Amino acid sequence: MTTPNDSPGQESDSAGATLTRGPELVVGLIIMGLAGLVITDSMRVGIGWGDEGPQAGYFPFYIGLILLAASGAVVLTTLLKWGRSQAVFATREELVPVFQMLVPMVIYVVAMVFLGIYLPSAILIGYFMRHHGKFAWPSSLGVSIGVPLVFFLVFEKWFLVPLPKGPIENMLGF
Amino acid sequence: MDEINNLFNGFAVAMTLPNIAYMLIGITLGVLIGVLPGLGGANGIAILLPLTFSMNPTSAIIMLSCIYWGALFGGAITSILFNIPGEPWSVATTFDGYPMAQQGKAAQALTAAFTSSFIGAFFAVALITFLAPVLAKFALNFGPAEYFAVQLLTFCSFVGMSKEPPAKVIVSMMLGFALAAVGMDTVTGQLRMTYGFPVLLKGFDFLIAVIGLFGIGEILLTMEEGLAFKGKSAKLNPKVVWETWKTLPRYWLTFLRSTAVGCWMGITPGGATPASFMSYGIAQRMSNEPDTFGKGQIEGVLAPETAAHAAGTSALLPMLTLGIPGSPTAAVLLGGLMIWGLQPGPMLFVEHKDFVWGLIASMYLGNIVGLLVVLTTVPYWAAFLRIPFSVIAPVIVVICAIGAYTVHSAMFDVVMMMVFGVVGYLFKKLKYPMAPMVLALVLGDMAEASFRQSMLLSQGSLSIFWSNGLVGSIFGLAMLMLIWPMIDGLVSTLRGKAAN
Repeated sequence: MTTPNDSPGQESDSAGATLTRGPELVVGLIIMGLAGLVITDSMRVGIGWGDEGPQAGYFPFYIGLILLAASGAVVLTTLLKWGRSQAVFATREELVPVFQMLVPMVIYVVAMVFLGIYLPSAILIGYFMRHHGKFAWPSSLGVSIGVPLVFFLVFEKWFLVPLPKGPIENMLGF
Repeated sequence: MDEINNLFNGFAVAMTLPNIAYMLIGITLGVLIGVLPGLGGANGIAILLPLTFSMNPTSAIIMLSCIYWGALFGGAITSILFNIPGEPWSVATTFDGYPMAQQGKAAQALTAAFTSSFIGAFFAVALITFLAPVLAKFALNFGPAEYFAVQLLTFCSFVGMSKEPPAKVIVSMMLGFALAAVGMDTVTGQLRMTYGFPVLLKGFDFLIAVIGLFGIGEILLTMEEGLAFKGKSAKLNPKVVWETWKTLPRYWLTFLRSTAVGCWMGITPGGATPASFMSYGIAQRMSNEPDTFGKGQIEGVLAPETAAHAAGTSALLPMLTLGIPGSPTAAVLLGGLMIWGLQPGPMLFVEHKDFVWGLIASMYLGNIVGLLVVLTTVPYWAAFLRIPFSVIAPVIVVICAIGAYTVHSAMFDVVMMMVFGVVGYLFKKLKYPMAPMVLALVLGDMAEASFRQSMLLSQGSLSIFWSNGLVGSIFGLAMLMLIWPMIDGLVSTLRGKAAN
C-alpha cells in the first residue's frame, strides 16, 4: 500500500542509496550552529555574576559550550571516517515514501493556518485513501468527512476545547 | 506499618466508581495507543493531557497512568502477532514472540507476555509502595546542591548506560537544555535566545516536542519501512491461558532477574527499552539452551516483557519522590502534575497524601484491570491493525496536530510539532537518543534553578558539590556514570589484549 509506484525503473542496489555520512555531517553542523546561537545570546545577556547572583546567561553559556564540543566531536568523527564509512542512511525505495508522507504533512500544516483544522484534515485523509490506499470514492469520502466530524463533536461539543477554524466554519456560523 | 495503612486509604480513593471507569477508559485507550504505530505512551498521554485540565487531579492521573499501562500491554500484541513492535520497548519481544506465533503458539506467547508484564509491574509497584515514602522522607532534607547533584546523576546515567555514542547522548541532552532556556528567564526577567521573535517568548513546550518526536517521527519511519501488515490471528481461550500459566512458575528465576533489571533501569533513567534488551540478553546468556532463543523460546518473551513493565512502572518512583522522571512518559505525567497545580517532589507525600496513595493504589488495580482487559479482547485489537496504513497514517497525523494545538491553542505549536517530527526522524536514523532531550527539556528550568541557588549559597564556588558526604557521593556517582563509557571501553580493550 505504501510501495512507491512512480519509480518502477529504479534499480535497488546501493548505488541509489544515501549514505549515512552526509546527513550525519549536515545535522552535526546545524547543531554546532545552534550551539553558536546559544553561546552568543548567553554572552549578550551576561554570563558572569550580577547583583542578584548568576546572570541569565550563566547556565545556558556552559550548556552551549558542551553542545558545541559534543556536536564538534560528532562532526570530527564523521569527517575522519569519511572515506571508510559505507553505512546506508536510506535507499531510494525507502526515502520516496517518507517524502510522500512528509510533503502532504507540511502542506497540511500550512493549510491549517489559513483554513482551520477541519477542511485540511478531511482533504489529507481523503488524499491518502484515494492516492495510496486506492479506496473507492464513497468510502474515501465517508472516512475523510466522518473523522473530522467525530473530532468536532468530541472536542468542541463534549470537552469544550475549541480547535482552529477557518472561513468555511465561519460561514457555517461557528 | 504506616505504608500499609496509607495504601488502604489509597485503595479507598481509587476504588470509587468514577475512578474505576477512568481506569477502564485509560487502559482501553492505552492498548489502542500501544497497538497503533505513531502513537505511544508518551505522546498519547501528551495529546490527551489538555482534556484533563478541568478534571480532578487524582482521577486525571489515574486515567493517564492507566493509558501508560495499557500502552505497555498493547506493544506486545503487535510484536507477537505482526512482528511489528508497536512500542520501542517491545522490539525484544518480537525476537521470540513472532516465531512462536508462526509455530501456531500465538496464544501461549500472548498469555506469557501479558502475564509477565503484569508480574514485572506488580513487583515494581510493591517497590514503589515501600521505597517511595522512605525516599521522600530522605529527600525532604535535600538542599539545592543535593537536588542539582541528583539531576546531574540522572543525566550522567544516560551517558553511562545508553547504547548510543556518548557524544550523541550529550548533544541530545544539551539541545534539550538549550531549548528549555529559550524565553523569559524566571529569575532576572531577561529574554533569552528569542532573537526578536515574539512567538519564542513562552519558550518551547516539551509536550509539543514529545508529540512531534515520537508521533510524527514514528509515522515517517513507518512509511520508510513500507509496512504491509501481514499478521497471525489469535484467539485466547481460558484453557490455553491456564495451560500456559501452569508452565510459568518454572521460570521464576527469569522473572526475578528481569524484574531486578527492570526496576534498576526504571529508577535510574535507563528506561524500558534498554531494560527489555538487557533482560533478553541476560536470559539468553543464563539459559541452558541459548540456541533456542530467537526461534520461539517462551523465556525470550517473558524476560523482555517483565523488564519493560517493571522499568516503565518504577520510572514513576523518582518522579513522585524527587520530581525527576525516569522516562519520557513519566516526564509527561510530571508535566501533568504541574499543570494540575501539584508540585512533584517529597512534599507531595506530606501535602497530598490522598493523591499519592490513590495513584499508587490505582497502579495495583490498573494492572489487574489491564491484564483482564487484554486477555479478553486480543482479537479485537488485532483487527485494528488490519485497517490499511493509508487510513491510519493521516488520521494519526490529524490526532497529533489536534494534540499539539490544544496544549496552548497556538498554531505555532503545530508548526513546531512538524519540525520536531523531522528532527525525530533524523535523530532515529542517525542514532541520537531522544529520551535525554525530552527529559532535559522538562527538567531544564528546575536544574538551572537549583544550580543557580547552589551557586548563590557558595558564592560561585563549585566546591559546594562536594561540601558534605551526601552531595559529594551523589556527585561522585554522577561523575563515575559520565566516564563509564571510557572505563568500559578501556576494560574491553584490555580484555581483548589479554585474549590475544
